[in-house]
Amino acid sequence: MNKSDSTLSNLLKQNREHLRYQMPSDLTNRVLTSLPVQRKQERHFLSLLTIGAGMMTACLALVLSFQMGRLSVGRSSATDEIVAAHVRSLMAGHLSDVVSTDQHTVKPWFLGKSDFAPNVKDFAKEGFPLIGGRLDYIEGRVTAALVFRFNQHVINVFQYPASTAEDSAPRLSTQRGYQVFYFTHQSMTYWIISDVNAADLQRFVNLWTQ
Amino acid sequence: MSDEIFKRKIAPHFDSAYNLARWLTHSDADAADILQEAAIKAFRFLASLENENSKAWFLAIVRNTAYSWLRKNKDYVDIEETFDLAAPEASAEVQLSESINAQMLHQALDRLTPTYKEIIVLRELEEMAYEDIAVILHVPLGTVMSRLSRARAQLKKTLITLGVTK
Repeated sequence: MNKSDSTLSNLLKQNREHLRYQMPSDLTNRVLTSLPVQRKQERHFLSLLTIGAGMMTACLALVLSFQMGRLSVGRSSATDEIVAAHVRSLMAGHLSDVVSTDQHTVKPWFLGKSDFAPNVKDFAKEGFPLIGGRLDYIEGRVTAALVFRFNQHVINVFQYPASTAEDSAPRLSTQRGYQVFYFTHQSMTYWIISDVNAADLQRFVNLWTQ
Repeated sequence: MSDEIFKRKIAPHFDSAYNLARWLTHSDADAADILQEAAIKAFRFLASLENENSKAWFLAIVRNTAYSWLRKNKDYVDIEETFDLAAPEASAEVQLSESINAQMLHQALDRLTPTYKEIIVLRELEEMAYEDIAVILHVPLGTVMSRLSRARAQLKKTLITLGVTK
């Protein structure tokens, strides 16, 4: 916080009472009386139902978690890492280490910095200009991150060599408001993440895998 | 039982909730509706409130409710447009005039985008801790710091545009 920030902060604090909106005096009571409070008998019956349903759900969840745990845990923690890396990249000065709209500048930049040559494409004509790239570290490996822009939004494309040569169809998941596509294409694993809507991001993924 | 817990843990934060919703929506009636809707949601999910800060927990619900309302409103400008990238330099040092009064501050704060407005409201008017703001905004602590810094820079810039600096 610099000096003028402190001055500003003090000004806001001094005028706090004027700047805070006061709620109408009867609002608390209005809200409290609108709450769905159940009558006693009803509640007793409902709680029995809830316990029954709860036990059944718990059993089901236990069975399911055994079945799915090994499959989903790996990918969801990777998704967490991707979301964290994306958010980190949006903080000032972290987005691009090589700033260029020219894919022939961006691609050579990675050579010598990573042990693989990432695919670099540009879809400026389609509304997704390339704005740069950087190295990131995800799931314990060096990952190439390409940065694209779509209107005011940033799209991060993370990629590293796939462990299998088989292509997999893009799968979409949403986490903390971000859309994340995960797929393997031509021996590279991709994570494409952004806050743009799913349809536009799908369009970007389609261009990528064309 | 649960209404007693609600009255004890949540109701005391109604005034903060109203203030946040009012700043975000510009309307007394909408702020009251949002508070009511958020209170009903909070009441339903009261069991999921454990040891966390109940004020932060409730304000997160209020904020989500307010944003859903903003999204439904046709005048709504994309909240994500206020990209951290497009923000002014956080370090900008300016001389703020001593003649700045509550009305000027109110006008300048009201001109900020929802993303910047809410963080100033939470920090300066509601005096929330950074950790609690991170819970409410659902972002990492570092983002709270950087966004707050940019919000302050934007607010100073707006105050200058309003012609209230030396």
